[in-house]
Amino acid sequence: MIADILVLACLSVGLFFNTLGIVGLLRFPDVYTRMHATTKMTTFGSVFTALSVIIYGAAQFLGTGDGQYITLSLHTLIAAIALAFTNAVGSHAIARGAHKAGIKPVPAVVDRLEEYTP
Amino acid sequence: MIPFVLTFLLALFIYLLLTAGSGGLGFWSPSELVAGVALSLLTAAVARNLLCRSRDLRMANPIRLLLIPVYILGPFLLEVTKANLDVAYRVITGKIRPGIIRVQSGLKTDLGIFMLANSITLTPGTITVDIDEKSHDLYIHNINVPRGWESRPQVQDKELFSMANLPAWIRRIAE
Repeated sequence: MIADILVLACLSVGLFFNTLGIVGLLRFPDVYTRMHATTKMTTFGSVFTALSVIIYGAAQFLGTGDGQYITLSLHTLIAAIALAFTNAVGSHAIARGAHKAGIKPVPAVVDRLEEYTP
Repeated sequence: MIPFVLTFLLALFIYLLLTAGSGGLGFWSPSELVAGVALSLLTAAVARNLLCRSRDLRMANPIRLLLIPVYILGPFLLEVTKANLDVAYRVITGKIRPGIIRVQSGLKTDLGIFMLANSITLTPGTITVDIDEKSHDLYIHNINVPRGWESRPQVQDKELFSMANLPAWIRRIAE
């Protein structure tokens, strides 16, 4: 009963942040600000949806004692960790590639990277 | 010899994590244990020079390894939550003031820079765009540059984080 409420709460928080991430992707003006919305908010939202699966698996294991639910929880945990790492590294790669390709941050108060010459 | 043992232990740990629940009561069946040890020995024999390439064994210290989950579940989670609420507010209201600023980090090792760059990407309204390889300074895109920062040539890394001093944590873990 408590586990059901926790699962639903985590799913709602995750869906809320994922939805806002997509809204930000459509709303923000240039590639760098869009990366903010897609990186941070979808990682946070997906970690929460993964957390709901972990709670569900743990509750089912305590209820039934079936080992496959432990497997479910652990695999989801590994997936969430891998998602957080690859999302951060991938967004850094996209931002760096965009700047190297000459895309300027269009509304910007300052751009120190443009002044930098290696 | 030490790189071989470390690679073996890491491979065995990941294998056991992936196959937990194969036996009774959530533990491992004997066949999975035998297969795990055999595969980990093979992995260690092939890849022992890749994991410990720098011959610097400071990350084999168990205190540093135990600090990583503490760091992720403690100060890092706090900052991530705050950053997401901040970006959610900016998505809804559209109040942004973007810009790329230069951040000075005192970190020297590759792992430290890696952790700081990824922490910056996930936390305070910022994304790492590029890294100066020589001075280990980071160029970060900030979604809301605070007033006055656009005229400063560079910013200290701990000024970015308002609730917890993440660079100090990373220095303790990785250096």
